[in-house]
Amino acid sequence: MNNIANNQREVVISATNLTKQFGDFIATNAISFEVYKGEIFGFLGANGAGKTTAMKMLCGLSTPSRGSATVAGFDVSTESEKIKKNIGYMSQKFSLYEDLTVTENIRFYAGIYGLSIPVIKEKTAALLQQLNMESQKNVLVKALPLGWKQKLAFSIAIIHDPAVVFLDEPTGGVDPITRREFWEMIYSAANRGTTAFVTTHYMDEAEYCNRISIMVDGKIEALGTPSDLKKEFNSATMDDVFLKLARNAKRIGD
Amino acid sequence: MKQFRAFIKKEWFHIFRDRKTVFILFGMPVMQILIFGFALTNEVKNANVAVLDYSKDAKSTELVQQMDASRYFDVYSSLNRSADIDRVLKAGKVKMVMVIPPDFTQSIEAKHKVTIQLIADASDPNLATTLVNYASSIVNDFQKQYFTEKIPLVVTPEVRMLYNPQLKGAFNFVPGVMAMVLMLVSTMMTSIAIVREKELGTMEILLASPLKPLLIIISKTIPYLFLSLINISTILLLSVFVLDLPINGSLFLLVSLSMLFAITCLSLGILISSSTNSQQVAMLISLMGLFLPTIMLSGFMFPIENMPLPMQFISNLVPAKWYFYIVKDVMIKGLGIASIWKEVLVLFGMTMFFLVVSIKKFKLRLS
Repeated sequence: MNNIANNQREVVISATNLTKQFGDFIATNAISFEVYKGEIFGFLGANGAGKTTAMKMLCGLSTPSRGSATVAGFDVSTESEKIKKNIGYMSQKFSLYEDLTVTENIRFYAGIYGLSIPVIKEKTAALLQQLNMESQKNVLVKALPLGWKQKLAFSIAIIHDPAVVFLDEPTGGVDPITRREFWEMIYSAANRGTTAFVTTHYMDEAEYCNRISIMVDGKIEALGTPSDLKKEFNSATMDDVFLKLARNAKRIGD
Repeated sequence: MKQFRAFIKKEWFHIFRDRKTVFILFGMPVMQILIFGFALTNEVKNANVAVLDYSKDAKSTELVQQMDASRYFDVYSSLNRSADIDRVLKAGKVKMVMVIPPDFTQSIEAKHKVTIQLIADASDPNLATTLVNYASSIVNDFQKQYFTEKIPLVVTPEVRMLYNPQLKGAFNFVPGVMAMVLMLVSTMMTSIAIVREKELGTMEILLASPLKPLLIIISKTIPYLFLSLINISTILLLSVFVLDLPINGSLFLLVSLSMLFAITCLSLGILISSSTNSQQVAMLISLMGLFLPTIMLSGFMFPIENMPLPMQFISNLVPAKWYFYIVKDVMIKGLGIASIWKEVLVLFGMTMFFLVVSIKKFKLRLS
């Protein structure tokens, strides 16, 4: 995996001193980093460390107070509309409509990304086949097991082949087997060239990422491959690395 | 446009797959019109009355028959003794007793003067007053048949109940029900629909998608605007064909101003949805903050002229009050835009104000 990232050093996300301030409170404090095409980038931090704020700025949902960032080549402050066309977003709530069927959900999200009707049809069929859900295509989403909903939500988030997919704690409350399968889907999307930007609380998941950053009190305190970070902090596991950094945090999680 | 279509389609699924929503949207207006039209009416129809007729002659019998024939009264029983009057009223079987003195026909012919007595159960004062008024007018009609030519000088007030000659309650409540239903559909349902997306977390996804925030709001409200139009039509059809209420003014004006009020309500709904994240709170605000004032302060249930001054002032802030005036003026008095432009302007101003504030608030949440 590292090889892919290292060989094609095409920058997809680039942040320079990105800052968000609410009154006196600096939620995200001058963070700088780069994420490359096809990379799986883990964005770690305790609750309240400023992850969500940073992610919102990168998605074009919130304008930075200072500093700058580009996503897929577009500036977050001035070209948020173009960014939105080129990213996918999936939150921990899975974001599907429970009272719509599987097909209706797929068509709706494909529709709001402006895909044409023949493309939507083709994509819907391919997606159902890939997820092995053809027999469930007319079932209301509320009747699906959690793991299926989550896989469906991810497939829908990347239905328009975005340059980057933002995953906000995507595996909360899911069993380990489904989590494993879910990560396989992320890998296969990354192999097709979609960059994955993932926040997570699970340290074993952090190990799956190509590179990770750890935020403490609004700043990025560590950034590198999991093995580099373990070496740097002289720890056997990512858990240890995280604890060593997070212990110094002054903010109380929300 | 493609995005817009996909969005509207999804909204229809939401609306028609939830039985409660369908009921509120389509059952409620019909039920309210029927309940107000047939059950909750302050008109008197076929009230039971008793007659104590001491004369039992030709003319007195004729008077009693006229009472019985009118659609306001049914002569429930004929009494024989004055002691019975108290008994039947206490038993609650009748609401009024008419006492006709002896020698009724003779008095009319000889003295040109006769007094009859009406004894009403005033435990419900409004009902008693209404019954006595109706009975008096029947007696008046009766005496005109015999007296006009014989009495040289009579001042007869000729009363005309303008715009509503039959004094139908429907003239008052149909505009009220229209205001209530539009408030429910456009304000409550819309605010709940928007807040639901926030609760589910789908709003975040929509905002991170290429959909413009304004387009999200418009697509969420358009289906409800359309449903409001259906509701207005249903109510008007019911009132014309079931309640026999004429539409005296321009139908086009009435419907377009109703749509203006629907937009007022929609913007209020957006405003509510931008100030809360829970469906329950949205519903509470809609019901307590908007629905109750609509019922109490719009002039629909309680006349505003009779309220203390501070309340009269507050009632000006209730959008439904202005709409209520507009509907009454257009539908019942048959007035045109020239006579109601002031009300329309107020409603329009309120709508613009709510729209600007709610869109600003919605944008503020984004940054």
